[in-house]
Amino acid sequence: MIQRLSTWCVMACLFALAGCERFPMDTVQHGYRGTGMVQVYNPRTTALKAEENEVPPSLPAAPTDGPKASQLYKNVKVLGNLSGGEFTRLMVSMTTWVAPTEGCAYCHNPANFAEDTKYTKVVARRMIEMTRHINADWKVHVAETGVTCYTCHRGNPVPNSVWFKEPEQHKGADFIGDRAGQNLASKTVALSSLPSDPFTPFLLGELDIRVNGPTALPSGNRHSIKQAEWTYGLMTHMSTALGVNCTYCHNTQSFSNWKGNPPQRATAWHGIRMARDLNTAYMEPLTDVFPEHRLGPTGDVAKANCATCHQGAYKPLNGQSMLKDHPQLAGPGTGPVGAKVAQKQ
Amino acid sequence: MQYQNIFTTVQAVGPVHHGVELGHGNSPRSGEPKIYHLLGRIGNAQLGPIYLGGLGLASLMCGLAAFVIIGMNMLASVNWNPIQFVRQLFWLALEPPAPGYGLSFPPMNQGGWWLLAGLFLTASLFLWWARMYRRAKELGLGMHIPWAFAAAIWLYLVLGFFRPILMGSWGEAVPFGIFPHLDWTAAFSLRYGNLFYNPFHALSIVFLYGSTLLFAMHGATILAVGRYGGEREIEQIVDRGTASERAALFWRWTMGFNATMESIHRWAWWFAVLCPLTGGIGILLTGTVVDNWYLWAIKHGVAPPYPEVFPAVIDPATLTGAKP
Repeated sequence: MIQRLSTWCVMACLFALAGCERFPMDTVQHGYRGTGMVQVYNPRTTALKAEENEVPPSLPAAPTDGPKASQLYKNVKVLGNLSGGEFTRLMVSMTTWVAPTEGCAYCHNPANFAEDTKYTKVVARRMIEMTRHINADWKVHVAETGVTCYTCHRGNPVPNSVWFKEPEQHKGADFIGDRAGQNLASKTVALSSLPSDPFTPFLLGELDIRVNGPTALPSGNRHSIKQAEWTYGLMTHMSTALGVNCTYCHNTQSFSNWKGNPPQRATAWHGIRMARDLNTAYMEPLTDVFPEHRLGPTGDVAKANCATCHQGAYKPLNGQSMLKDHPQLAGPGTGPVGAKVAQKQ
Repeated sequence: MQYQNIFTTVQAVGPVHHGVELGHGNSPRSGEPKIYHLLGRIGNAQLGPIYLGGLGLASLMCGLAAFVIIGMNMLASVNWNPIQFVRQLFWLALEPPAPGYGLSFPPMNQGGWWLLAGLFLTASLFLWWARMYRRAKELGLGMHIPWAFAAAIWLYLVLGFFRPILMGSWGEAVPFGIFPHLDWTAAFSLRYGNLFYNPFHALSIVFLYGSTLLFAMHGATILAVGRYGGEREIEQIVDRGTASERAALFWRWTMGFNATMESIHRWAWWFAVLCPLTGGIGILLTGTVVDNWYLWAIKHGVAPPYPEVFPAVIDPATLTGAKP
């Protein structure tokens, strides 16, 4: 009987461990010793990620001289300054990045390429402007590496990771069972019970992310523990989206203190503002352009968070730049966002 | 091997008994006592009778009310789906009111149920405490058990009652739920600048881990001298036999100092009781008199300043001259 009991015990232990990742892990010290600032990597996941983040080969560069696209084609509103060769190359690249199976007809009417009848074409045009805006005006986040359509799309018409506003809680009764936007095993917050839509308040709205006070003793900081849970939810998303620990950006001695923090934290800070900017300035105004089946459960447009570009990597595509092969996407921007960001605080 | 067994090896079973006669004002005990061999492996083989009494019954009823309120809210939160209720049980919770409601009584679905569940749970705990006190008195015991239980109730009241009142908002209190209360704990530390720099939190951890250490040391010592009759600890307080002598010598030789058969139990009691007492003080001070424990610790030289290993990073929010 004892033997059977111990067999069951061993089986139960194995079952309990079934959700764990297999060791060994790689650990890389990241901060001063004793601060616990260590990045933990699963080498098997890292290898898989390296495969997923391979950059597709670029088409050979096209001549920049010759007649402009605006002279050759009708209704070219954004890319008119490109040469005919550059224009065609970018169109072909975009097809392989965004709609490799659907082809040109995903955005264009094959009978008349100039027509704007397909919503996808209207969206694509705005997305090119957005890409240029990111590359020109958000260098504080994307640096010279920059982004292309492929950074998010990876061969899919809709990027793998987009977010919609959470629909209102479905309740059988109105007097009982309010979840307050949390307490379900939600993938957006790594299966924790934290608030499952931290994007609406922080990546669309501009609610306070910082909950810590600036003084040791109380001096009017009224942020609540519940607010801290929303911030915690956003940070959990960032950690998952980048495939890193908290200590990638923070010295956990004090999450709010900036002194002695890795410089990545400042990059991430700008990333939050960038996502907010893209969602409000580019995605939301496109809501009416999209057909209903592309909208979320509350009728809102698909929006970006950290995972949209990063997709589990500390830098999208593990930091490989595709922009250098596609300088046509580097700009122009829409002017300095620094001032805009400052106003929007 | 004989002395390294998880289970009790010797079961001395006599005739079952109901216990001593109870005086005036006591209820009769309920249930016929029975002997179970399997129970005897982990404790006394006799199960029952139990003394329920008026306090016990009232406590169970209040506890059941709290349990049902919490459970029904959890069930309603997954739209009365029993499968989701089981799947997500560890994630589900009954949340306290939003901070905006302050200390007022909010609508039932906005935290009213939480207040009601808290009321019933608190009543249940108080009644159970009174029952322990009464039973200890009736059996002519010291008051060690009720006071130890009161220490735990103190921590419970600080978390869900005293501190929220001092902060002016029920929203500061803990949700009822398995994972949600753990996430709340982490968020509590995040909000108040790292609880690890709270010295009373540190004390509480000392007493928590100290309790487990003392428990292990004492349990091991008594089992180890069991072959010399060491389990008769209380008799050996006044009539020290070879078991006591050997146990004492072991610790005196290994660490210079040894407890006695009496004092070890005082050590254990105080360590266990001080864990929630100091923890409760730490929680009570958080937010009320200290807002950021990290900054407090820096101010008082508790937190070590670490050498800079990264290029200086400036808060971007201060660069643009705005508050994020």
